[in-house]
Amino acid sequence: MIIANRKPFEEIVDMLKPYKRILLLGCNECVTVCAVGGAKEVAVLSSELAMYRAKEGQPIDIKEHVLERNCDPEYVEALIQVIGDREVILSMACGCGIQFVGERYRNIPVLPGVNTTFYGVTEEHGVWTERCQGCGNCILDKTMGICPVSRCAKSLFNGPCGGSQGGNCEVNKDTPCAWQLIVDRYKERNMLHRYLELQPIKDWSTSRDGGPRKRVREDLKI
Amino acid sequence: MSASNLERVLKSGNFAVTSECGPPRGADSGVIKRKGEFLKGYVDACNITDNQTSVVRLSSLASCFILKGMGFDPVLQMVCRDRNRIAMQSDILGAAALGINNILCLSGDHQKFGDHPTAKNVYDIDSIQLIATVKRMRDEGKFLSGEEIKGRPDMFIGCAENPFADPFEIRAMRLAKKAAAGAQFVQTQCIFNVERFEKWMEMVRDLGLHERMYILAGITPFKSIGMARYMKTSVPGMDVPDELIERLKGVPKEKVAEEGIKIAIETIERVRQIKGVAGVHIMAIEWEEKVPEIVKGAGLYPRP
Repeated sequence: MIIANRKPFEEIVDMLKPYKRILLLGCNECVTVCAVGGAKEVAVLSSELAMYRAKEGQPIDIKEHVLERNCDPEYVEALIQVIGDREVILSMACGCGIQFVGERYRNIPVLPGVNTTFYGVTEEHGVWTERCQGCGNCILDKTMGICPVSRCAKSLFNGPCGGSQGGNCEVNKDTPCAWQLIVDRYKERNMLHRYLELQPIKDWSTSRDGGPRKRVREDLKI
Repeated sequence: MSASNLERVLKSGNFAVTSECGPPRGADSGVIKRKGEFLKGYVDACNITDNQTSVVRLSSLASCFILKGMGFDPVLQMVCRDRNRIAMQSDILGAAALGINNILCLSGDHQKFGDHPTAKNVYDIDSIQLIATVKRMRDEGKFLSGEEIKGRPDMFIGCAENPFADPFEIRAMRLAKKAAAGAQFVQTQCIFNVERFEKWMEMVRDLGLHERMYILAGITPFKSIGMARYMKTSVPGMDVPDELIERLKGVPKEKVAEEGIKIAIETIERVRQIKGVAGVHIMAIEWEEKVPEIVKGAGLYPRP
């Protein structure tokens, strides 16, 4: 899923300074699962903002709403019933949702309430970690199911750098070294000799480097 | 054989001595020249770092050119952090055109540790793929695109390996990958734990790598107790045994630097006895003026 972090409260307050009537918009998908932009988080931010602005003598009128999905035209369309007299939308959906709502409702600013960070998993309750970068050319079959593109700070294809120590990455001692994980898995499966295979230079044209990406299924078009 | 003096020395069977030369954080070529003056006559090749620890410095290529002008055989360091394959191939051609015939292919320290931690890193290719790139350009006369190069770069290809990083069991295999990709020499991370280095060399010999490439043992003299402690605790992938720190602590303050040099010389003498070690690479960090003393102290002067 897509993982996000809520923006710092001060930054949100600053963005909303010129506005009095806001729509605080959540999403029922990824940001709900990673506990940043679902109904609960929308309600929490809403009361925080209301209290802060009341204290500042700048009361704010907040309408809360959560869409099933912010990345799907069917749900985004239904938002027309909700927007009404709102001056601004503060979206707690991911970067895709924020933009998609903005594309549909061009006369109203849609501001980001979260920083969209990565594609990841729930490692344990309250902990999410990165697993994929969407490079468009998966090599998990060659790296024992562990992705060095997203999980190595240098995206190395042929083994750990000199900074791998005690199983951890030099960049962050709480982050496992992707290549330590790969080597461990080679050993578990008695395949350490496969580490000797040279991985060829990657074609990055399928990644962001090739420009914004698009997928079309002609058979599904209406 | 390339026009590299380092390759000549190694091929002739001499125990090689190279030294690192860190470029300044400014455009003053005089700094490079002064460091060069210290090293002149004491090393077979001079290795110029490429924005080491991700701190911006005068470029390795420009520094190599300055040292070449002073009669050195420079080793161009190139990291994968800051350049994509287009810039790398271009700089390899540029270096060869300037008469620089050695290249050291490195991943590069992560930018988090430098003076621009908010920078974007590149890592289009990794260090092993960079080795293969130089080899392809030199031996096949082809760019990575497959197109023909008019005027092949003449390069003696090197790499680095850290015998002290984890996972230890693949540290020799990783060197084997580098040899397979085309690396002809390797310089190791600074050796303080000689026992562990010996163990690594055993694995290297088991893979026959000492017969396929030249192994230069990395030597760094301690300037102070603080430096030794810093290397132990704050530099990733560094193995500084406590007994060395204790040894430095055991001498009067004004003798610490001298003791550091002594340890470096002893380390050279020890690694020289290890089968498969073809030379030493001295990394006297911002202390290049001490290289002659170390080289002479280890009985490696004059140079062939």
